[in-house]
Amino acid sequence: EVEETLKRIQSHKGVIGTMVVNAEGIPIRTTLDNSTTVQYAGLLHHLTMKAKSTVRDIDPQNDLTFLRIRSKKHEIMVAPDKEYLLIVIQNPCE
Amino acid sequence: VTVSLTVKKRSHPEIYPLVLTTKTQEIFNCRIDEDITDEQPYKLINKEDIFEDLRNRAAVSDFHPVKKIVQEYPGNELLLVYDKDFKYGLNFYLIGTEEGKENYLNPPEVSEEQEEYKEYIPEDVYIYKPPVSKPWVSLGSEKEIEEESVTESTKQITYMISRKRSEFGAPIKFSDQNASSVKDAYIECTAYPDKNFTLKQLEKDVGMQVIPQIKDISTQTKWTYPKNATTQYYPREFSEEEKETLKQSKPLVDFLNNASISVEIALQQNEITNTFIDDWKHLAEEEGTFGDKTDTHLKEYQSFTDLQSPMEKMITCVSWHPTIYGLIAVSVAVRLSFEDRVHFSGKLLLQPSLILFWSFSDPIHPQLMLESPDDIFCFKFCPSDPNIIAGGCINGQIVMWDITAHADRIENIKAGGSRSKKATLKPMFLLEPESNKEAMYIRHCAVSSIENGHKRVITDIHWLSDTFEINRMGSVFENRSGICCQLVTCSADCTICFWDIRPQKPFTPQTTEKKKEESIEIPFDVPSTFLHLDLSWKPLTKLRLSKGETSLDHCPTKISLNEDHLLCKTQDKMLAQSKTAKAEEMNPYHNLESGVANLLKPIDDFCTKFFVGTEEGEVIYTDWKMERDPETGRFMPKKPVNLHTIHDGIVHTIQRSPFYDDIILTVGGWNVAIWKESVMTGPLLQSCCAPKRYTSGHWSLTRPGVFYIGREDGYIDIWDLLEKTHEPAQSQNICITMITCIKPWIFSPKQQFIAIADYYGTLHILEIPWTLSRPSTNEMTSINHYFEREVKHLEYVEQRKIIREQEKKEMEQEMAKKKVKIYQKSKEQMEAELKMDYESYLELEKTVLINLGLIKVTEKGSYLDVM
Repeated sequence: EVEETLKRIQSHKGVIGTMVVNAEGIPIRTTLDNSTTVQYAGLLHHLTMKAKSTVRDIDPQNDLTFLRIRSKKHEIMVAPDKEYLLIVIQNPCE
Repeated sequence: VTVSLTVKKRSHPEIYPLVLTTKTQEIFNCRIDEDITDEQPYKLINKEDIFEDLRNRAAVSDFHPVKKIVQEYPGNELLLVYDKDFKYGLNFYLIGTEEGKENYLNPPEVSEEQEEYKEYIPEDVYIYKPPVSKPWVSLGSEKEIEEESVTESTKQITYMISRKRSEFGAPIKFSDQNASSVKDAYIECTAYPDKNFTLKQLEKDVGMQVIPQIKDISTQTKWTYPKNATTQYYPREFSEEEKETLKQSKPLVDFLNNASISVEIALQQNEITNTFIDDWKHLAEEEGTFGDKTDTHLKEYQSFTDLQSPMEKMITCVSWHPTIYGLIAVSVAVRLSFEDRVHFSGKLLLQPSLILFWSFSDPIHPQLMLESPDDIFCFKFCPSDPNIIAGGCINGQIVMWDITAHADRIENIKAGGSRSKKATLKPMFLLEPESNKEAMYIRHCAVSSIENGHKRVITDIHWLSDTFEINRMGSVFENRSGICCQLVTCSADCTICFWDIRPQKPFTPQTTEKKKEESIEIPFDVPSTFLHLDLSWKPLTKLRLSKGETSLDHCPTKISLNEDHLLCKTQDKMLAQSKTAKAEEMNPYHNLESGVANLLKPIDDFCTKFFVGTEEGEVIYTDWKMERDPETGRFMPKKPVNLHTIHDGIVHTIQRSPFYDDIILTVGGWNVAIWKESVMTGPLLQSCCAPKRYTSGHWSLTRPGVFYIGREDGYIDIWDLLEKTHEPAQSQNICITMITCIKPWIFSPKQQFIAIADYYGTLHILEIPWTLSRPSTNEMTSINHYFEREVKHLEYVEQRKIIREQEKKEMEQEMAKKKVKIYQKSKEQMEAELKMDYESYLELEKTVLINLGLIKVTEKGSYLDVM
């Protein structure tokens, strides 16, 4: 079931890679190579924590649900949770 | 009229214009022309009457607007005047004051006198009247003057002080004194707080901010000497089992289910549309244009001709210097046919065949002249070392030059131009020959062996890339030396040869002795870079392009290898390397040994195929790798993979596109073709026959869909695949004769030149305008699509061919069946038919004869007897 979900996400148009990371930034499951995964996991974990704390500082009753980073080449989507992080990298344009 | 009205209104504010209807006029007996006439245009009306009218008729009454004035009127009778000329705007007016009434009834007589007075003065003569002083009329200005003037407010106090006369002018002695010690030496005004002027601040605006508690603490550390410290880390990872267990855990499953929803929404959003596209930016073509956008012509920049050669020459090959700006090399050959060459061979021997180096700064004198034993038909700069030049001769030899010694001379060409100006002041015979102004003749430093090389003119020469090398069998190995060391040539003797410029391991000691005997004295100024090759250079491998069993072979004119084979990958490192190399050793080629290839393993998946264009107009795709022929056991070159006859004349250009590795342009005869390497069925694009023969072609270096074709009448056709694919987009005249070579070159993003060589020996340098050098934003993708479409079109055509063949077969079968059906009628049927035909013929004959009058109708019976 986990596989199915991930496969479904990966089969979307333009998706470059998908990874599941635990709360400490250690990758659990990934479709990219190891070095890239580790780099993404480490950096995005920090960024997600920062974003979460920012949102909560502004309004303590609010919480971060989704984080999208749009860059020139692709878009990185992070879905945070208490324990895990789902990171998807997609290339939106042709 | 309006002016007078306002004037009068100002002077007579008591006039109130009124409209009186006929009804009102009857009531008050002031009907026009009956009660009120010109002599007496007024009527005195009682106030009471007016009030009665007002009461009776209220708002309808004509006196309603002046009701108030009537009420205020002091007297009893108001004067109503008929305004015949509508001076006040309406047909009657009421005078609202007694004074006005009096004025009207008894106008003052002043006006009459003034009119009489004015008539006396004649108007044409102006008599000067000096101004007469009049008594001063005060208009209030003296008050202002009084205010402004300064007067003493208090009386001045006068003091008289006296002293004894002897004390005046006495020397003065100053001394210090403490002010506080002497009483009354000073007067002081101390400040004191005055209660009247103290203000108590009751409100204060203060800003407050909550900050987290900050603590400032500092410590001092002991500073020892700086030490390098490194850390190495590796990321934490889960092992495989842990990953598996985590995968099964419920929280992960739940999390994924929740998260994937929002992730999928986000993904779909991105798929639907790109919200960050700036439509305006994508609509526009370019931000700023450099130069005129409408200018699409190549502009003439410079042209070079060799003025010193006695015989007529043509330019056979042009090449820009890879690193130096503004330097272009040109190979010239004599413009004679074969018989003429034989005829004039004596004369030709005396003349040197040259490669000329031209620079932009000096259009008359070539900078360098490279000498060769015979006319050069093609040459190339070595990509890894631009001081090495290899050229192919008309007699089948390869000639090598090394211009390292003169490299600094050609790099600093600009300085030479200014010196010549000073020198012209001297008369000619006093001029010393300036050695640095004369073009240097540089002799070649190696030629290939005459017996072992090509037998006829070398038509094309290429340097192989420095990343690989090949051995005798055609297998490919990695090139460890980092410089280009192999060449490939093709020649009109139907062979393609691969050459290596490194010294070969001597096979037998005997040959070395032989070489010693034949060694020729070399002039001392020729560099000895290729001494090991001189006159004994043999090709590494030879490929014969045979046509099968017949003895005729293909005659290659140009070859095109995969771009990887030609690109020099170490170009950036080259500059650094060459400097260090110069310090260590002058001759890298000597120290390399070509036998290294035997130690390495060959690279297997290297593409050893290449395109060849031939003299008959064929384009061949063949392989250079040798294979074992099963019958003879020898190594034979492979048969060509593909062969197409597209062009009607010599194929003189085969070139890969600088943007795509597998798109090739071939120009020959009267048309142009574009090929894709993997598509074997035919060209992607084949142009229709042009009116004039195409003699040269080149892709544009910056625009993927543009290429330049030179014609035999001196026109250059510029094709733009995005504009038109059936004919050139533009045509421009360059010179009067056949164009032999076209080479564009990029110097900077803003400056691109194209060198066009013609048959009469002139090299034209033109500047490519902005429109032709700058690609449009989607040009690469559009051209990609175009080529893909063409490939699909070719596939479709192939399929259609197959389908058509089938259909044709079916049709033939049906035709055959039909023929069988109508094959035989029975014999009786045929006889019956014949009889019927005969009878109808008889009838016809009868009717004709009757019509002619030759037979009477009654004689029907005897007619048959007669017949």
